[in-house]
Amino acid sequence: MATPARLSGTGLTLAYDQRIVAAGLDVTIPDESFTVIIGPNACGKSTLLRALARMLKPRTGAVHLDGSVITSLPSKEVARRLGLLPQSSLVPDGITVTDLVARGRYPHQRLMRQWSRADETAVAQAMRATDVTDLANRIVDELSGGQRQRVWLAMALAQETPILLLDEPTTFLDISHQIEVLDLCADLHEEGRTMVAVLHDLNQACRYATHLIVMRDGRIVAEGEPAEIVTPDLVRQVFDLRCEIIPDPQSGTPLIVPEARRRVPA
Amino acid sequence: MNVRVGPWSVRLAPRALLVTALLVVAGFCVTVAALSTGEFTVPVPDILDALFSQGTPVAELIVGKLRAPRVVTGLLVGAAFGISGAIFQSLTRNPLGSPDFIGFTAGASTGGIIAVVSGGSAATIAGGALTGCVVTAVLVYALAYRGGVQGYRLVLVGIGANALLVALNSYLLTRANINDAATAGAWLTGSLSGRGWDHALPVALALLVLLPVCAYVSRPMRMIEMGDDAARAMGIRVEVVRGAALTAGVLLSGVATAGAGPVVFVALAAPQLARRLTRSPGVTMGASALMGAVLLTGADLAAQRLLAPTQLPVGVLTAAIGGTYLVLLLRKDRH
Repeated sequence: MATPARLSGTGLTLAYDQRIVAAGLDVTIPDESFTVIIGPNACGKSTLLRALARMLKPRTGAVHLDGSVITSLPSKEVARRLGLLPQSSLVPDGITVTDLVARGRYPHQRLMRQWSRADETAVAQAMRATDVTDLANRIVDELSGGQRQRVWLAMALAQETPILLLDEPTTFLDISHQIEVLDLCADLHEEGRTMVAVLHDLNQACRYATHLIVMRDGRIVAEGEPAEIVTPDLVRQVFDLRCEIIPDPQSGTPLIVPEARRRVPA
Repeated sequence: MNVRVGPWSVRLAPRALLVTALLVVAGFCVTVAALSTGEFTVPVPDILDALFSQGTPVAELIVGKLRAPRVVTGLLVGAAFGISGAIFQSLTRNPLGSPDFIGFTAGASTGGIIAVVSGGSAATIAGGALTGCVVTAVLVYALAYRGGVQGYRLVLVGIGANALLVALNSYLLTRANINDAATAGAWLTGSLSGRGWDHALPVALALLVLLPVCAYVSRPMRMIEMGDDAARAMGIRVEVVRGAALTAGVLLSGVATAGAGPVVFVALAAPQLARRLTRSPGVTMGASALMGAVLLTGADLAAQRLLAPTQLPVGVLTAAIGGTYLVLLLRKDRH
């Protein structure tokens, strides 16, 4: 067998207070993949991502990063290897784009070394990659939703982690900004990062993912390359939706076309 | 603006530096004015002589024994209130999360009143205030706890506790004998009059111990303002930072209240003023401390001189000055 994956979870029982979301979950994130976790509302996809990012302590089982139990590693050390873009973060009042992106350098800084040249370079690079350099001195509050999401992504990028987890990065964005953010994620993946994202849109998931994890009711129903696992049966089983699947005319990946209840008059 | 010396480096905001410098100058001017003016004027050049036992006996008595401890207590108490307000406003992500709104100061008052009524010395009163503050904080925190504490819940529970404690304080005053009630009443408006070195010392010690803690948590606290997940993703141990900040904030508001009584508005206004002046995104401990010190000593100076020879309690002035200034600033920064 090849070397074990850097990020994995075994025997995970995930719960909020008394409500158990998932039990006995095993999951492996293939190295250097663009993994997308998908499933209907309340299937536990965001919960799984939060557990992988050590935001949620599993009731049983453990998440492993590079062979160690993730909670046994110093938290700043983890933050230099694994980044997370949470579903929603609060923008500090009156902060500029550069200052917010610079906060991504926190895990690399110490009390006496708060702003090294490496920090400066990483921030400049992250801003170039996300195309927010022109917004450098703007106040984040005053940006559009799409611009703001690019700034949050820049902050996560400035953290320079080989693994980046994104919790529904396209929610609240209109379609063009959704594609913009996903294209950017694909670029970051091509540069060699392991990307893990929770997405809502099955077609977008199929187009961008190299590895798809399909969940329902806290279980993983299917996983693998989208073209190999996405079938009308799977979609019906997971989403209760009858559909036809055709090759995406742009990318050749599976494209889900829901069955029409009424024929549109010709 | 980047400063790098060898392996050390720091990123500084010029505006924050300028504001900090101006606040230091303002604090210095207020101190000199408070030491020099009054019924008996000590010319500025004679102040140092008087402080170091080189002046006339009268000047030594007035500057060294009466005015200096009062100004120093004011500076220290103001700084403690300023930092404690900054901490709680940041933790609750709400300007109303100041210790004087969420019951901590009222709890300190309850402790103080009980100490006064049972005939305590200055030290017992201070101890009572500190205990009252800590007990209230623990209760409010426990009541607001539901698998973690959310800012708005802490504020709501705190406002409830505050109302209860204010009522309890009034009740205690009506039950006390008239002399105790008068003493406690004077203490309750918040006052710096008659403060000696024994009032300044506990605040100074608390600041000495807690300032490094505050300096250490201020950066992670700024990250926590973006949300717990965002901070945790950056490798911040959110619970540890929050616990340390909470402890420091409670102790500071406790010793500050012990030192000068429950002076209102400094803890609310100082961090807001500091933040708006420095235009800094997030909590600003240093500027809040300086702003609190300037605000309290400035208000005390005004309270002594404005209607001289009638002396107002400083609490009346902090509310008037801080409130007016805050309203003006809020009007200005409507974008």
